[in-house]
Amino acid sequence: MKIKVDNLVKIFGRNPERGLSMLEQGIGKEEILNKHKLTVGVAGVSFAVDQGEIFVVMGLSGSGKSTLIRCLNRLHEPTGGTIEIDGNDVTTMTMPEMRALRREKMGMVFQNFALYPNRTILDNVAFGLEVRGISRDERHKKAQETIEAVGLKGYEQQYPAQLSGGMQQRVGLARALASDPDILLMDEPFSALDPLIRKDMQDELLKLQGQMNKTIIFITHDLDEALSLGDRIAIMKDGVVVQVGTAEEILNKPEDDYVVKFTENVDRSRILTAEYVMQKPLATARLGRDGVNTVLRKMERHGLSTILAVDSADKLVGGFLPDDIGKAQKEQLKLEDVVTKDVPTTHPETTLHDLLETSSDATFPLAVVDDNGVLKGIIVRSFIIAALTRRGEV
Amino acid sequence: MLDVRIPLGEYVEAIVDFLLDNFGFIFDLIDDGVYASVMGIEGVLESIPWYVFTLVVAAIAFKVSGRGVAIFTIIGFYLLHNLNLWTPAIQTLALVLTAEIITLVLGLPLGILVAKKQTLDNIVRPVLDFMQTMPAFVYLIPAVMFFSLGRVPGIMATIIFSMPPMIRLTSLGIKQVPEDLVEAGHAFGVTPSQLLMKVELPHALPTIMAGVNQSIMLGLSMVVIAAMIGAGGLGSMVLRGVQRVDIGMGFESGLAVVILAIFLDRVTQSLGTKS
Repeated sequence: MKIKVDNLVKIFGRNPERGLSMLEQGIGKEEILNKHKLTVGVAGVSFAVDQGEIFVVMGLSGSGKSTLIRCLNRLHEPTGGTIEIDGNDVTTMTMPEMRALRREKMGMVFQNFALYPNRTILDNVAFGLEVRGISRDERHKKAQETIEAVGLKGYEQQYPAQLSGGMQQRVGLARALASDPDILLMDEPFSALDPLIRKDMQDELLKLQGQMNKTIIFITHDLDEALSLGDRIAIMKDGVVVQVGTAEEILNKPEDDYVVKFTENVDRSRILTAEYVMQKPLATARLGRDGVNTVLRKMERHGLSTILAVDSADKLVGGFLPDDIGKAQKEQLKLEDVVTKDVPTTHPETTLHDLLETSSDATFPLAVVDDNGVLKGIIVRSFIIAALTRRGEV
Repeated sequence: MLDVRIPLGEYVEAIVDFLLDNFGFIFDLIDDGVYASVMGIEGVLESIPWYVFTLVVAAIAFKVSGRGVAIFTIIGFYLLHNLNLWTPAIQTLALVLTAEIITLVLGLPLGILVAKKQTLDNIVRPVLDFMQTMPAFVYLIPAVMFFSLGRVPGIMATIIFSMPPMIRLTSLGIKQVPEDLVEAGHAFGVTPSQLLMKVELPHALPTIMAGVNQSIMLGLSMVVIAAMIGAGGLGSMVLRGVQRVDIGMGFESGLAVVILAIFLDRVTQSLGTKS
């Protein structure tokens, strides 16, 4: 467990402790605001994030997500609750300890980039290292490597204003990565970018993450972004987390109406995978055990026009059309000899969007086969259509 | 009752007397220090031959402000020499530089503190308003009281007069650093002094340079007025022109002040916009 947040509360205003006790008594945000002029930003949030996970916090503006991420490195001082990073409680750290943690373990990327306009790209990226007191040569060398990693080679001596938004945020990302932190805090990093660039940056982040394996807390208000990046997603509303789960859990088992409303407009075909819509085949022909008559009986009983064939280890071998079986019967051949090898297959993690393009001319149902070649299930086109039209049903 | 005059003037006099009687040594110390600085600067500047000096400042002007200002500097400084106003001009320059250095040394940290501490801001703001609206001549009186006549009271009055824009613009510059840049600094673990040196001051530099520019301009105008208490330099030439109704001398020395003013203004302005 890399980060563990327990009952985190952040209240803005004078003497926020007054609000804390009210919150514990279950008094609402509105009333606390009216009575004490205290604004509740985060009202008791708990979650845990594993090493190497991309944890997305999603919510609309005012939901407390930006406050939440700023509590993690104490840019905002938490009012209540605990935040453990590698088992150490951050909330009780002294300022020097906190600074050391920020320098060595945490990098942050901001929505509006927050680059230093009077520093070159190289010196912007080297900022964190400079703050740590690392020598000029060494920090420039490290910054140079990071700049190359985010694809900005050649721009080292430019100034931020000379770069496009997307490039500026690459600089922001490089600046956060240059100190090689364990944890990346990303506060709506791609929200200010136009959609095409945003998609590029998301892909770039996933690519980098594949190499780096950081623990990433990613804030966004865009559900599509959340679903495509997040290993797990927390949906926030009014300072509390409404639901935490994987993309599929959020889409298929929405906790309440708020989540349902969010997920309504999502392009489900890009989120849902073959694994989710596949069904167990009603029957399979088991080669080496089933004879011609057994297979015919199975097909007849289940009303099948075709049947898939597996071996004794459940690995997919191929399929039989009625003609194949007829041929075997007539010519007294073994089933193995008449099997049609060329059946369409797919991987459990293929998205429905990709399936829709491939599974159009099917005599056989689409066989879902895992990395070991084991038949996991089958998909016919109607399953896909059904899954895509089923909105927010539990 | 209402006709009784409040003896405000007498009170101030009493306070000044008290200060002089009891803390005279402090004023003597300041007097000696400032006098040594200004004479040192003046000595160095005067020892340089006029044509070398002109070429050096023209080179500086070329570097920071470009060709036009450099050409102006050469013509202007040649004119100072030609009109026999070189020595008083250098004296004036030495007065302004000394006053500006002290203003900078005091005003910059004070401006930073004012930006960071709201209570201090609340105290300093009315004082600055007072200093800026008080007629410039009035500063000559306490200056003379504490430091008698000559260059030092002239510089002291100049410092008081040119301090407000330095403090104000430094404070403004620091306050105007965007919140997200400060936040980014904290996110990377800056100490308070690193925040100041690496984030706030670099970003505030253009505004601070505008403050330097403003205080130099005010300082120059005050240095001329300070001739009335014997500060010397171009001001005394202007003053002599006025007293003798010598239009020629008044115009020439007035023009010399303008030449210095334009040179200092252009160069310090470009310093601000460049960074």
